[in-house]
Amino acid sequence: MDSAISEAPAQAPERTPLADAADTGLKIVIVGGFGVGKTTLVRSVSEIRPLNTEEYMTQAGVGVDETTGLAHKTTTTVAFDFGRISLNETKVLYLFGAPGQERFWFLWDRLFSGTLGAVVLVDTRRMSDSWYAIDRLEHHRTPFVVAVNRFDDDAAYHSLDEIRQALALPGHIPLLDCDARVRSDGKRVLITLVDHLYKLALAQETTT
Amino acid sequence: MTRRPVDTGSPDRLYTVTGGRSHTADTTVFDLVTLVVSECDPTPGMQSEHVRILTLCRHPAAVVEIAAELRMPITVVRILLEDLLAAGRITARRPRAAAAAADLPESALLKEVLHGLRNL
Ligand SMILES: Nc1nc2c(ncn2[C@@H]2O[C@H](COP(=O)(O)OP(=O)(O)OP(=O)(O)O)[C@@H](O)[C@H]2O)c(=O)[nH]1
Ligand SMILES: [Mg+2]
Repeated sequence: MDSAISEAPAQAPERTPLADAADTGLKIVIVGGFGVGKTTLVRSVSEIRPLNTEEYMTQAGVGVDETTGLAHKTTTTVAFDFGRISLNETKVLYLFGAPGQERFWFLWDRLFSGTLGAVVLVDTRRMSDSWYAIDRLEHHRTPFVVAVNRFDDDAAYHSLDEIRQALALPGHIPLLDCDARVRSDGKRVLITLVDHLYKLALAQETTT
Repeated sequence: MTRRPVDTGSPDRLYTVTGGRSHTADTTVFDLVTLVVSECDPTPGMQSEHVRILTLCRHPAAVVEIAAELRMPITVVRILLEDLLAAGRITARRPRAAAAAADLPESALLKEVLHGLRNL
């Protein structure tokens, strides 16, 4: 028979498997401009180190191919990262960090359909980076909350009221401060979102 | 023939891995967070990507986790998973299928999510 040594795993498992009873994967998307802290927020609440993956992105090219008369398409890949939270034995929540710029939005449509809701992460030094994301979420009727990631070197401190105005954010959409590096803050952001979703669902269920 | 390590989705590589197919796999079966579970062990002679998926999915793993682990674009992984599903080698636990089957309202699911988050 083989010795105990040869039965030992050749290497430490590099990933933490899910519970065998896990049967339902759920999604929440964290969207925001470059460097706003998406990956940091995912990392602060995830039970695994954030993983990176990619998908093809096909874009209609500008102009028309002269020989074929067809608009040419270019295919590139776009990367996004994600983390994971096992909520209980059967439900697993995946958190996706997604770039919020205009050119990534059809990726959104494709990859993130069926998401529970979204967190828009805002850097007050570049508030306009969030306008497009908020616009699209409203258009898609994807419920969301807005979290302001406060950076230490932000000289001009804007109050939440000022930020709400700058973003033209309706009063019923939750807006909160956070430090994406702090786990309890990340947790609070997610709870604020899901609580918002829960209330929306209850209201919907009582009117139908 | 020696296989090169899998790289991230050069078009040639996509062609090799998927046997030249590039159709869009059914995204309702293989959503990003569909959980995949192996129904058998890898057998000799199997395509190396299939071997890796079957090994990885001894415990449930989401499509997106498989893609990250294999370092391949989601689209390629979906095609590989379709093959395995058609051959009965994996099962797919679709998102929220359990809740829908139990006819649970959305609010009940969200309450469960809230509870899970508060217990973190
Ligand atoms: N001071 C401060 N720094 C932060 C905070 N959140 C993130 N950072 C830092 O800001 C930088 C960018 O954060 P990331 O989490 O990588 O941002 P991202 O949105 O994922 O960036 P991209 O994916 O490149 O668009 C990192 O160096 C973080 O450590 C914060 O709340 N306060
Ligand atoms: Mg990032």
